[in-house]
Amino acid sequence: MSDTLSKIEKRTAYILLLPAVFLVFSIILFPIFANVWISFKEVGLKDIRIPEPRAKKIVKSIKDSSDEIKIIYKLRNSSLILDIRDVKFQDKTPKNVEPVNLDERCQFKSNIINCNFGNWKAKYKENFQIILKNKKGEKIYKKEIKSIKPKLSGESDNILLNTNFTLKNFKKVFFQNEFFDLLMTTFYYTFFGTIGSIIFGILAAQLVNQKFFGRTFMRSILLFPYVGPVVALAYTWELLLDPYSGTLNNLLLNFQVIQEPLNLLGQKYLTINFFGFDLKLRLALTTVIIFEIWRYFPLAFLFILARLQAIPKELYEAADVDGAGPVQKFVSITLPQITAVISILFMIRFIWNFNKFEDIFLLTGGASGTRTLPINVYEQGFTISDIGMGSAVSIVIVALLLIFMFVYFRLLGKRADEN
Amino acid sequence: MKIRSLILYSFISSIFLFSVVSIWKILSTLQGIDLKNFNFAIILSLGIGISLINLVIGDKLNSYIKSIVFASFFTLIDGFIIQNMPIWYNIGVFGIIIFYSFKIDKYNQKNLELEHSSQSVLFEFLTLFGIVLFSFVILFPFYMMIVTSFKTQAALLINPLDFSINFAQDIKELFKSYFVIFDTYKFGRYILISTFVSVGTVIITLIFAIPAAYAVARLNFFGKNFLSTSILIIYMFPAIVLVIPLYTVFSQLGLRNNVGGLLIVYTATTLPVAIYMLQGYFKSIPKELEEAAIMDKLNWFGIIIKIILPLSIPAISSVALYVFMIAWNEFLFSLMFLDNPNSFTLSRAIQYLSGDAETPRQYLMAGSVVVTIPVLFIFVYFEKYLVSGLTAGSVKG
Repeated sequence: MSDTLSKIEKRTAYILLLPAVFLVFSIILFPIFANVWISFKEVGLKDIRIPEPRAKKIVKSIKDSSDEIKIIYKLRNSSLILDIRDVKFQDKTPKNVEPVNLDERCQFKSNIINCNFGNWKAKYKENFQIILKNKKGEKIYKKEIKSIKPKLSGESDNILLNTNFTLKNFKKVFFQNEFFDLLMTTFYYTFFGTIGSIIFGILAAQLVNQKFFGRTFMRSILLFPYVGPVVALAYTWELLLDPYSGTLNNLLLNFQVIQEPLNLLGQKYLTINFFGFDLKLRLALTTVIIFEIWRYFPLAFLFILARLQAIPKELYEAADVDGAGPVQKFVSITLPQITAVISILFMIRFIWNFNKFEDIFLLTGGASGTRTLPINVYEQGFTISDIGMGSAVSIVIVALLLIFMFVYFRLLGKRADEN
Repeated sequence: MKIRSLILYSFISSIFLFSVVSIWKILSTLQGIDLKNFNFAIILSLGIGISLINLVIGDKLNSYIKSIVFASFFTLIDGFIIQNMPIWYNIGVFGIIIFYSFKIDKYNQKNLELEHSSQSVLFEFLTLFGIVLFSFVILFPFYMMIVTSFKTQAALLINPLDFSINFAQDIKELFKSYFVIFDTYKFGRYILISTFVSVGTVIITLIFAIPAAYAVARLNFFGKNFLSTSILIIYMFPAIVLVIPLYTVFSQLGLRNNVGGLLIVYTATTLPVAIYMLQGYFKSIPKELEEAAIMDKLNWFGIIIKIILPLSIPAISSVALYVFMIAWNEFLFSLMFLDNPNSFTLSRAIQYLSGDAETPRQYLMAGSVVVTIPVLFIFVYFEKYLVSGLTAGSVKG
């Protein structure tokens, strides 16, 4: 009895899970594996369009004979690279009409013209002509003929499905594209963005954890940058930081903080004289990191605040009795209580920032030294139109990601063991 | 009295005063007042002076009278002697000093002698400073977004620092950018598409996620542990690595420029977090209820509909709101899959608008306001549900 029950339970579980698992598999897991396949191929953006045989129908009347009409089909292969095999053509004619001197590739049967055009090379073009004549000598109307659309079909190779593989993409990824520079930019962006958002998260959480008027209101406001749509926020920042008509530069100029407007998003390096040393600051990258901190510190704030509110009050009361000051209380009570949350946050945010695409894309488009790996996927795949390269960069990202996750789960496991 | 506490008290409080007054000056500059200097030295010494006099007076004077005296004194010097300022500016400064006086009022010679008094002073003013600064830095871009959408291109180019809005003008003129984006750029259509996609994503996600979450939470089956860890791992995979294969496949299947394609992708990417959040909640529902239901010969479908659903309304609404926000804000997939202006979502439409260098920025900002307002409204209104969603879902973004 219980055996059959557990069988039913299993079956139900699978039925309940199936739709979700199927969807996630086809939209998330399949593409990740498909990346591997594509990354070993030489595929451009234009190759992925399946070649189609196309025909544009032009109808012309013939002078002095209203019972005859000329149709010109402008035939072409839509692809510039791939051939189409075995092209079939079909078009209907009105009743009581028959073609005159029909092309030998075609047949006419019960008001239908069927043609077999054979193979079309890439870029193939032909003007194909048919003259129709009314059997009863009546007038043929142009409109009637025009309203019927011809049907074409053909077979072609799908470049994605053949088995020609190459290592070219990976060679390019690692040796041609200043890969190291790209990797370093990504790490700077990820590391400083993560650290910054956590530091500001701690500060904000420490603030809101105290009692003051308008505290819940403050908590809502602090989350605004995180819940707002990235498109709106990025463009607002772009206007704010514009070197000529941006508010920030004009304010700084007005209050004489700077003498020249700063192109915060368009300048790669800023040289700062620091006690006689010339320091080169990655200006655009720094700005993008600041935007990232501004947008994502709320998440750290939310986590840390939740943790802070869970710390028992008795601990602080005991510290008061012992005569500890605020700094001491923070260092020896608060900080140890939130280290666990901070380390988890660090790892999660690190992984996410590593993959961040939208923010940089919208702010700088990857220019002025802000090109990270995810930006490079887009750049290769859609700007340079090399799908294979884009996939190869994706593979590099996935590989690094798996390493991070491995480390993350190892550390998480260790922590679980300790507790 | 400890000299260190004294110095810290007067110095830190004056720095706080200076920063608040400076922010007020920035905001006033944006309303057209010609200010060129923060007067750091003067404001700081005024602040130090006031804080020291406060210690000398102590509670010999009623704190209301004291603060009014301080405020009048400060306003007189800042707004009439150093530079001649309009009345509303002075009222603002007056208010700031009143607030400041109340904050320093509780410090007197006695409590500055206490142990850790310097640290308490530091923490108190750093907190105030933090509140002011955080609010300013966060709200300023939103403020700019709204103001810009009400200005004209010419006004913006003549003086980028002029944030004043002329409310006296005709409503049609004032809301011109909004009229333009709705008339010329078809934003009404984009709002409909965005709403359709987001609500559709929520509904489909819930239909898929609720049964799956129930199975993970309650039923025993082979591969259960594996499945629950893979949910988390899958959730960590970023959209950017899915883009190229999905783009190629969708192109060949004709799913690009198609809202249906977007729905499928959004549902799949939000499913893991929805399942994760829901199963956590389902586990907390007492099992006895279901056992009773099994006795009543209810099948699994009946259990989910009649018992689980009514009990998990809070969790389900929290998931729904969270998924709605993700779908509404999503940008990458809409950029990849939509080329045809007839099927744009709001985010994609704004990006398309900005791609044309000729587009006046006030239209761009009006569009940004239109896409931001619903999300912020939902967030503020349902914050309780959403915050639990954000912490449970935790990592997306």
